[in-house]
Amino acid sequence: MIPVTFDYVRAKNVDQAIQQLKDSKGEGKILAGGHSLLPLMKMRLTEPQMLIDITGIDALKEVKKDGDRLIVGALNTHREVSIHPEIKEHIPLVAETARQIGDIQIRNKGTIGGNIAHADSAADLPAAAFVLNAEVLITNEFGEQSMDIDSFIIGPLITMMPEDSIVTGISFEIPPAHTESTYLKYFHPASGYPVVGVAVVAGTDSNGVIDYVRVGITGAGDVAFRATSVEEALIGKTPSEAVIKAASKSAAEDGEMGSDLFASEEYRENLCKVYTERALTSVLL
Amino acid sequence: MTKMVGSSVKRKEDARLLTGNGNFADDITLPGMLHASVVRSSSAHAKIKSIKVEEALNHPGVVAVYTGKDLEGKIGPIPTSWYVPGCNLKEPPQYPLAIDHVRYVGDGVALVIAEDRYTVKDAAELIEVEYEDLPAVVNQKEAMEEGAPLLHEDIENNIALNWKAGEIPEGIMENAEVVVKESFYVQRVFPSPLETRAAIGQYNPGSGELTLWCSSQNPHIHRMVLSEVLGISEAKFQVIAPDMGGGFGGKIGVYPDEALIGYAARDLERPVKWIEERSEHYVAANAGRDEYIDVELAGKKDGTLEAIRVKNTANLGAYLSTMGAGVSTIDFGMMVTGSYDIPYAESETFGVYTNTTPTDAYRGAGKPESTYQIERIIDLFAREIKMDPVELRRKNFIKKEAFPYQNAHGLVYDSGDYEKPLNKALEAINYEELRREQEKKRKEGKLIGIGFSTYVEMCGFGPSEVVGAVGFQGGTWENSTVRVHPSGKVTVFCGTSPHGQGHDTTFSQVVADKLGIPIEDIEFVFSDTKSVSMGWGTYGSRSTAVGGAAVSFASDRVVEKAKKIAAHELEVSENDIEFENGKFQVKGVPGKERTFQDIAHSANMAWNLPEGMEPSLEAQYFFKPENFVFPFGTHVAVVEIDKDTGEIDLQRYVSVDDVGTVINPLTAEGQVHGGIAQGVGQALWEGAVYNKNGQLVSGTLMDYTLPKARFFPHIESDFTETPSPVNPLGAKGVGEVGTTASIACAMNAVVDALSVYGITDLEMPLTPEKIWKTVQEKEGNQ
Repeated sequence: MIPVTFDYVRAKNVDQAIQQLKDSKGEGKILAGGHSLLPLMKMRLTEPQMLIDITGIDALKEVKKDGDRLIVGALNTHREVSIHPEIKEHIPLVAETARQIGDIQIRNKGTIGGNIAHADSAADLPAAAFVLNAEVLITNEFGEQSMDIDSFIIGPLITMMPEDSIVTGISFEIPPAHTESTYLKYFHPASGYPVVGVAVVAGTDSNGVIDYVRVGITGAGDVAFRATSVEEALIGKTPSEAVIKAASKSAAEDGEMGSDLFASEEYRENLCKVYTERALTSVLL
Repeated sequence: MTKMVGSSVKRKEDARLLTGNGNFADDITLPGMLHASVVRSSSAHAKIKSIKVEEALNHPGVVAVYTGKDLEGKIGPIPTSWYVPGCNLKEPPQYPLAIDHVRYVGDGVALVIAEDRYTVKDAAELIEVEYEDLPAVVNQKEAMEEGAPLLHEDIENNIALNWKAGEIPEGIMENAEVVVKESFYVQRVFPSPLETRAAIGQYNPGSGELTLWCSSQNPHIHRMVLSEVLGISEAKFQVIAPDMGGGFGGKIGVYPDEALIGYAARDLERPVKWIEERSEHYVAANAGRDEYIDVELAGKKDGTLEAIRVKNTANLGAYLSTMGAGVSTIDFGMMVTGSYDIPYAESETFGVYTNTTPTDAYRGAGKPESTYQIERIIDLFAREIKMDPVELRRKNFIKKEAFPYQNAHGLVYDSGDYEKPLNKALEAINYEELRREQEKKRKEGKLIGIGFSTYVEMCGFGPSEVVGAVGFQGGTWENSTVRVHPSGKVTVFCGTSPHGQGHDTTFSQVVADKLGIPIEDIEFVFSDTKSVSMGWGTYGSRSTAVGGAAVSFASDRVVEKAKKIAAHELEVSENDIEFENGKFQVKGVPGKERTFQDIAHSANMAWNLPEGMEPSLEAQYFFKPENFVFPFGTHVAVVEIDKDTGEIDLQRYVSVDDVGTVINPLTAEGQVHGGIAQGVGQALWEGAVYNKNGQLVSGTLMDYTLPKARFFPHIESDFTETPSPVNPLGAKGVGEVGTTASIACAMNAVVDALSVYGITDLEMPLTPEKIWKTVQEKEGNQ
């Protein structure tokens, strides 16, 4: 639980951070909340030579509306995300998810950008990110670009992040005003990660027919996924216990289940169904 | 003056500890101090072919590297401290570093010493050990089989011990109207103190004195054992336990690492510090439990219990730990009849070596396991004869009039009134109404369970003659010195060694009442072999019952002497003096008095003492209890199971414990709550898992579930008070009751919920998946 020797620098702004990354010749890592990085370093699973601390860059704390999207600056902590008025107003799903991450200390230090950049697919945020068509905003010396969440995270702890880049923010689609959302999480009793976490955004039209539904599931396998089979089974239907139950049966079909000491594939599959049904029920009924 | 004993005084030590002003091992920094890291075996069972240390030695900042071969003949093996007689005990040598054969993942292979903690860790990674793997065995039942891999060549079938107690006369079991049998597994768990182990050695080459700061529950035992291992006189060896972040039994043991640090400090003539890493802790620190328990309970259809036969097959790990032989034999086997008047009992234990980290005492040490089997089997017996489990318990309770009561194995329970906490608990949960509610909900298809545990446990270790007769290598009496300074302020020296229990506070309350002084005037010295002449430490819920008693008696001696001085000064006979509220007063003459502080001054100045009296005001008392103490009580758990996910909702937990006289209800309640968390933790969440190759797969807190506060409802705890006649305080022990009672209690509740499916047992921990699969299977069959 003791890391190897490393250097530490603070970046004043994004450009400087990028330069410092370049100077480290691939041996540098960005330090924000440190709640994913430091445990890995302490277990010597990663051994960066240089940590570039970006916590002093105030510009990365911004939250701003951009058309039908809300952009959340990368440095916002989970705690800040969970109480931010604009986030609560436009994308309450993200606030609700952030409130259920880890524990108080983690929420006070861990950041939304770090969480996504680290791409721990068993984390909470990917479920919300998938249903809100999140885009990851990335800056490097060539400028800014955005990447869809599903093309950004390609595997556990593996992203398509270009070299010498930093995540500056996450852009979420603001769902239609008539929808409601929830994030329902089955906590792993040891780690606090979701064994299964289900994010739902859904709504009905003036005839009471489901015209918008998105279901994202995280924790169950290596990567989070959209449960499109469930969505397809619901769209155009009038919500009822029976309709939701039937649709939820296919909750595990669009993803691959993982297994560990605590929960087998079979059990996770069941949890996907039960938690999807419960999440849908709380939103639609 | 308000009486202090019995009041909820807030902990004196908290302000210091909570504001970062504690002095834990890791806070200690000495001039020129080096840092140590132990390279540990990655293989569960292997011959060491070679160890390459050159690269580590050449690493900048590295001062020394030692291997087992380097230490051969220089430092002895670590002996056990419990030679249980009559069980053919086989103790293999445990060298501080393995010489050519490693026997578990975590076995020490090399010791690296460097200038700082980072360098030493870098250097430890440079050591190359070549292993020739041998077949490993991790399960004790498999280890006993013919043909199983042998850990120690001369120990047949890996059997460390075979212990027996009691005999059931022929015909009793065979002719019994009802015999209920079940096999339980009380799985391996980790004590998991918040502070890992630690040792800091400092050697003075001039005087030849060695000081070892060590996160130990019993520094005097560490001094006694390590002085032998290191070949140093006890008179030149000081062991100090600084502030500690818990122990739970895991810091009773004298470990190889502590010997290594003492050795290296002396060898290098520089201070050496070792702080165990968290992930290292789980492979290198002793674990708890890991016992297969087969039980047969015989009785009549009317519920009269007649005999119990219990067999325990215990996993001792790769070597015999400090108390390793005693936990599953004496601690477990002598208490198998629990709180019931069962005339006959037979206990047998096999202790087995396996390729796993050694096991030792963990909160309760044998008694939670013993309580588990009797409290589980009595529920099954009740079900068999269709009797309410409470009624069956009540029917077989040892009656109040029967105390002191001798159990089937000859232990004499000091005092008890088992109906009292039971009735109080039943009232608290409104039992009859709760059962009706359960019936109603069952009809709605819900799974509701109510579990009981009406336990008794043995603690307050203990009577020296008895512990000697059962082979324990210690005296288990206690020692206290009360030193009164000229101002009347007091320093108390104790042989017990608190590590979170709050004895600064509770022992202060005892002294304050005795001497009539405020608790702020009382300071304590614990856990230092140089300041405290002798003592046996803190474990087995012994501190208050034995150590607190010594404090009480030593205080009496102070008052006795002070009274003589007061009588002398006031020119009256000693009989005319009464001592109350810190004042020595001439009876019937108001105002003719001396305060405790006056006498403290007089005694220390010695200007005018009674003829022949020694100066100063200080008294020491060595208290040797005549018996153990036996706290008891009733715990009740109510659970509801979610059929769809198997999740268990622990809805209520009620504890009514009788720990004799309660010194401080607040700290006693804290002890009970913590104990319950660890017991329910074992039932529902915790479990150390090895794979077949002996690799620990639950080795981090990401996989191993320690219970969190949010897993629990508000624990409704209460006490009844039946004083113990064994010590002047009337106190029993409170540290282990929560754990002892609660494992069975939680399990009984879940099994009761699942009894609608005919379930009689499930293996702990009761993970939701296990429950869900059971429900699926049973519902599918319906």
